[in-house]
This record gives sequence, C-alpha cells and structure tokens, in this order.
Amino acid sequence: MTALLEVEGLTKRFGGLVAVKDIGFSINAGEILGLIGPNGSGKSTVMKCIMGIERPTAGQVKLQGINVAGWPTHRIARQGVGIVFQHARPLHRQTILEHIKLALLPDNLLMLATDHGVTRQAEEIAGRVGLSGVMHRLPRTLPFADLRRLELAKAIARNPKVVLVDEPFAGLTSGEVADFSALIGSFRAEGHAVLLVDHNVKSVAALVDRVLAMYLGEKVAEGTADEVMRNETVRRVYLGGKIETAARPEREGKDRTPLLDVRGLGVLYGKATALEDVSIHIGEGEFVSVVGLNGAGKTTLFNAISSLVPYSGTINWRGETLAGRTPGAIARGGIVQCPETRELFGDMSVRENLDLGGQHLPVATAATQLDWLFGLFPILKSRQGQAARTLSGGEQQMLAIARALMMQPKLLILDEPTLGLAPVILEQLSKALETLRQTTDITVLLGEQNVTFALPHADRVYVIEHSRIIWEGDPARFAEEAGAGYL
Amino acid sequence: MLRSRTFLIVVPTLLVMALLPLGVGGYILGLLTLAYYYAVFAMSWDLLFGFAGEVNFGPSFLIGVGAYTAALLNHYWLWPIPPCLVAGAFAAVVAGAVLAVPALRLTGPYFGLVTLVAVLLLQNVLVLFAGITGGEIGLDLPDVLSIDDNTNYYYALAFMTVSGAILFGLSQSPVGLILQASGQDAIEAAALGFNVAKHKLAAFCISAFFSGLAGAMLIFYLGTASVGTVVDIAVGVNVIIAAVLGGRRTIIGAAVGSIFLIGAGEILRPLGQLSTFVVSAIALVVILFFPGGFMGRLLQAGGRE
Repeated sequence: MTALLEVEGLTKRFGGLVAVKDIGFSINAGEILGLIGPNGSGKSTVMKCIMGIERPTAGQVKLQGINVAGWPTHRIARQGVGIVFQHARPLHRQTILEHIKLALLPDNLLMLATDHGVTRQAEEIAGRVGLSGVMHRLPRTLPFADLRRLELAKAIARNPKVVLVDEPFAGLTSGEVADFSALIGSFRAEGHAVLLVDHNVKSVAALVDRVLAMYLGEKVAEGTADEVMRNETVRRVYLGGKIETAARPEREGKDRTPLLDVRGLGVLYGKATALEDVSIHIGEGEFVSVVGLNGAGKTTLFNAISSLVPYSGTINWRGETLAGRTPGAIARGGIVQCPETRELFGDMSVRENLDLGGQHLPVATAATQLDWLFGLFPILKSRQGQAARTLSGGEQQMLAIARALMMQPKLLILDEPTLGLAPVILEQLSKALETLRQTTDITVLLGEQNVTFALPHADRVYVIEHSRIIWEGDPARFAEEAGAGYL
Repeated sequence: MLRSRTFLIVVPTLLVMALLPLGVGGYILGLLTLAYYYAVFAMSWDLLFGFAGEVNFGPSFLIGVGAYTAALLNHYWLWPIPPCLVAGAFAAVVAGAVLAVPALRLTGPYFGLVTLVAVLLLQNVLVLFAGITGGEIGLDLPDVLSIDDNTNYYYALAFMTVSGAILFGLSQSPVGLILQASGQDAIEAAALGFNVAKHKLAAFCISAFFSGLAGAMLIFYLGTASVGTVVDIAVGVNVIIAAVLGGRRTIIGAAVGSIFLIGAGEILRPLGQLSTFVVSAIALVVILFFPGGFMGRLLQAGGRE
C-alpha cells in the first residue's frame, strides 16, 4: 500500500522558537493516525504546515509523491487535503444547505448560478452527517454538535484524499462522540487518509490505527495507542515522573467559611459546554491543585472565578458573592490569576513588569515585596533590565508568577505554569512554590496537567475531566484511586 | 423566499420612483438624481465591505479617478461622453487594481489605511497640478448629460437600477457566497480550495468599476468636476455612513441609506449648520444601536429560522 501523505523532516521556527523539529510520518490510504501532545507541543503547527496555513521552515509534505510544502492553502486544498476545524465560524445569513453547497463550488469567478446536481449532492451529504432535518435552518439556531457536523460535511463535500481533524471530540457529549467516531471511521472505510490531532491518547485511542506523540516540537513516541500510552517518555510528559506528595494536616478552623466557595458552576462557550456543575472550595492558607488534561476545563474554571467569562452558579469569596463584580475589582479584592498564556508586557523590562504589578502598593511596601521576590526568583534580579520578550520560557513563567505576587494576593491562581517548559526549569519552579508554601500563608489554587508537578505541594486535589469534577481527595490517595484512569 | 420578499419591496418602490417626475418639481428631482449616484457609490462600497470583509476608507479614490479621467478627456480632447464614461470606469479599475494588489497582502487595519492614504494622494495631486486639473475650483466640462431635469433623473434612476441589479445579483450568486466566506474566515475559505486573494481582488475591481463609472456620470450631470464633490474625504465618509446606515451586507440597504442621507440633509436644511449635526447624530445612533442598519432590521425580522 502506498502512503497518501508523507511528511519528512518538517521543521517550523517562529523567530528563535522552534515549534516543530524534524517531524516525519506517513499515512496510508484507509488509515487513521493520531497526532497527540499537550498544549504547546507543536501538533497544531504540524497540521497548519500540512494545510499550508503556516509555511514550513524546512522539510517536505508529500501528497501522493508531490511535495506541496510551501504552497498556498487553496492549492493544497485542491490537491486533495481537507481540514475539519475545531471552531466553526459559519456565515450568518446562509442556511446549512448553502454552507455545504459552498464547499461544493469550484474556485471560479464566473460561477453565477448552480445547477440542481449541486443541491442534490449537498442534500445527500447533509443526510450522511445527520443534518437532514435542519438543512434549511440558519447556523445560529443550531446546537454546537450540529455545527461540528457541518464542518465534517464541508470536508466530505471536498472529497479530499487526506483529512485533517482538529480535536474531533472537544465540547461534545458522549453520545455525540460515538456519532462522530462513526463518521470519522467512515472516512477510513472509504480509503481516505486521516490525521486526528488531539491533546491526549485517551480520547482518540478507540479510533486510531497508530499514534504519534509530540512534546516541545519533537516526536517522543510512535506506535499503537496502547504502546504509546505505556511509553515511558509519554507517561513522564503527561504525568511527570514518580509522584511525591506532602499534604499538610488540615488547617484549623475547618468549619469556618471557606475563603473561596464555588457551587454548581456552569459555563457555556457559545453552545459548547465548557464546565458543568463544578463545585470546589478552598480554605484560608490551603494549597489546592486542580489536575486535568488540556481541554478539561481548568482555565475556564479560573476565568469564571476571575469573572472573565459569564457563568451560572455561585462563587463566594469570604462568604460574599462575586457576581456582578468586574475582573479588576476581583483582582483588587485579592484573587490574582497568573494565566497560562502569561500575558507579560513583552517590550517592557522585567523590572517594569514587576513595578506594574506593585502599582497600587505604597513605595516602601513595593520595595520590600520586590526584594522578597528577588529572593524567591534570584534569576529575575540579574535580568531586571532585559525586555520580558527575550526571556526564556521558564524565566517568563517566573516573571509572571512574581508579577502576580507583587499584587500581594490572598489567593494566587496559577494556570498551568509548566506549559511548554523543560524538566530542569520545572524543578526550579517547584522549589519556588515550595518556599512560597512554607514561608507564607498565601492560598494557592494550581491548575495542572502535569501531576508530578501538581501533587507534591498540594494539600488537596481535584480531578477535572470533560468539564466536570470527577474526584476529590488528598494527594496520597490520588495515585491509587485516580492515577490509573488519568491518562 | 427572501429573494421574492426583496423583489416585492423593490419593484413597487422603483415604480414609484419612475413616476415621480409626474408629480414633483425639478429641485427635488435634482436632489434625488444626486442621491441615486451616491447610491451606486455606496452599493459598490458594500460589495467590498459587506461581502469581501475589506473596509475601504477611500471610496472617493476610485470615484475621483473615474470622474477626473472622464473630465480631463472631455475637457482637453473633447471626447464625447460615452467613451469618457468607459475610460473613467476602466481607469478606476486599473487604479483600484494597482492599489489593491499590494494592499490586499496586508492584514488587519492596514488595508483600510492604504486606501485612506490613496485619497489624500489623489487630492494632493489634483491640487498641485491645478493648472491642468482646475484644482479646488474644478474643471468645467463642455458636455453635460442633459439640461432637462427629467432626463437627468431617468439617466440616474436607470443607472442605479441596473448597477444595483448587477451588484445584488452578484452578491446572491455562488461567487457572492465564496466572497462572503473569504471575508469572514479567509483561512477556512482557502482550506475549502478557494483562492481568497483572487476573489477579493475581483470584488475590488467590480467595486472600482461601478464607483468610477458613477463618478464619471455624476460630473457629467453636474457639468463640472471638482475635488469637493468627487474626491474629498468627506465624500467618502458620506458614502460609508450611507452604506452602514442602510444595512451592511444587503447592497439594497446602501441605496436606501444614500437616499435617506441626502434627503434628510435637505429636509433639515432650515436648521442651517445644525442639519449636518443632526444627520450625523442620527447616523451615530443607528450605527450604535442597530448595527444591522435599516435593511438589516427589515431582513432579520423576516429571516429564515
């Protein structure tokens, strides 16, 4: 059997950052390859390079032997590559059927009318993906799953040889997942080559023939889903190494009002469920970790607490509701979030970033706070005058945490601080967190996918999966009870 | 269904417009004649903004190139009107393409800025070479379309109807669909195999063609070409306000907006300087609270659910 898609030595650099490094694989007709890796591993960049949305720095993307690397997207599409985007942005005034017809049109400026054959074909495709009943409706009146079906329908309409699917099951219920699996399976049955891009093996294991795992732009494993899940490197990337725990005894005054009390929290992104009935509480001085794979809903939870996304349910801070408060008021009230994207002011120096964090403090307090932070992160002291953009990833993360701490938060929310960092940096970060925990009475809420990083400091752990909290307990019990099913 | 609805509204309205000369005086006809040319400006602009998703801050660049090309040919070489109109429209397309090919490579607000700078350049050139172009005073034309109000009115009405039909038909055709997809999500459109740049460039050229032709028609109606009537930034701003006011992505709305804008300016004339203020305030309120514009509301109310 000949390979439909062959990728060789694919490399993509963004300035100094190597996002994809020498990736190679091939997919045969009638085969499904899963490309997995945590956020920032470069898997999406690989997909974009194949589709021509990003131009590869080096390497070849061969479609039935023809190297299409560097071609514009529309030519690659016509050569036989189709993509199912994760986020659908349908046209507002066109019906579902018209959307499918759009995908059936040739790239021709003189197409002023379509014949009935096109309409019939579009109707057939709508039937195949289960949109028959709604094909004359406008996209905004449809549920999320139907919009994803529409994306699939558009890919089917182009009849591509190679289909790229970005996070096929994100935001879907289990019933819908089964439907989508069947549809993607039908691509295989018809002899298409399929590339599924997802965060973790678990969600695609049942569907894929082979899996390629990426981390920090490089290939770390390739094989069957089982082999990859058992692979040492993969386990270390997702779970970290050996799990150590050091929970402190429960704080006194357990029955007092918790510092933060979240009850029945629900968040919708458009029509996709991002969080469903989530309840957590954090006591004064506690270190709580929320662990879950990418896409489970950690960031959404934190954004809801910071009032950055609309939500249903209640969030109480020291017994008072946070509803109706602006993100700024919440931050001034003592809840400071350190987002996973870090949000540093790239063109400002390290010192200026920190000074901005301490803007509201009296000068003397700010100076003391700064000294203390330089003690916690010595590397930042030596980099004071350097522009934040030029720091390494680990240093940027430290700066982001330090800037959050400059605001003297009561509750520090750390969203995935380990994202895209090398193991040696993790150790430094881990030490800083431990110092923070031992020497101050700060309350910390940590969101992590890397369990080894999340557990050692935690007093209590929540596991979040598919928009829900599925487990709560102390870290020592995590390994026995929740660890096995985690990956 | 939507088409027939639109049809049912548009056809009677056009009939009433065609019968107007029987009942109203020359002054109002003159005003509407001007409004109809503006309507073509605004409809061309809507094709670019509403469908291709590109904001052209300088519609008066295309209008001005068309108008002045026709004016110069008529003034110095005494070309008759029809070839002048053809040359004006053609020049606008060429100028538009020269501008758009590099500008469409830019993303975000830069395309709009390039078009804005183009207007300023054109205006400066016309003023600098005042000896040839007449500068700010304008260039007299030996020929006019007609000296009869009714004839001028029917020329403008016919021109608006034909241009509107072509632009509207185009927007509803498969090409219009591709254009809309390109405007809304260029990456997805490209992933479906459409050459986004090609479609946007085509839209720009069509927009330029009608803008330039309307500009040339307008000066032959007025009998003079001047910077203030066809090139000034204010002309472009009025075109944009008219199109947005009438309803983005509707084509017909742009025409409604133009007629409203010019009509309202006239009705409020007794207010003196204040009339511009009031019209602008109405435009602001509509844009802020009904971003869909007049036609946007109308179409949405009867939208297909």
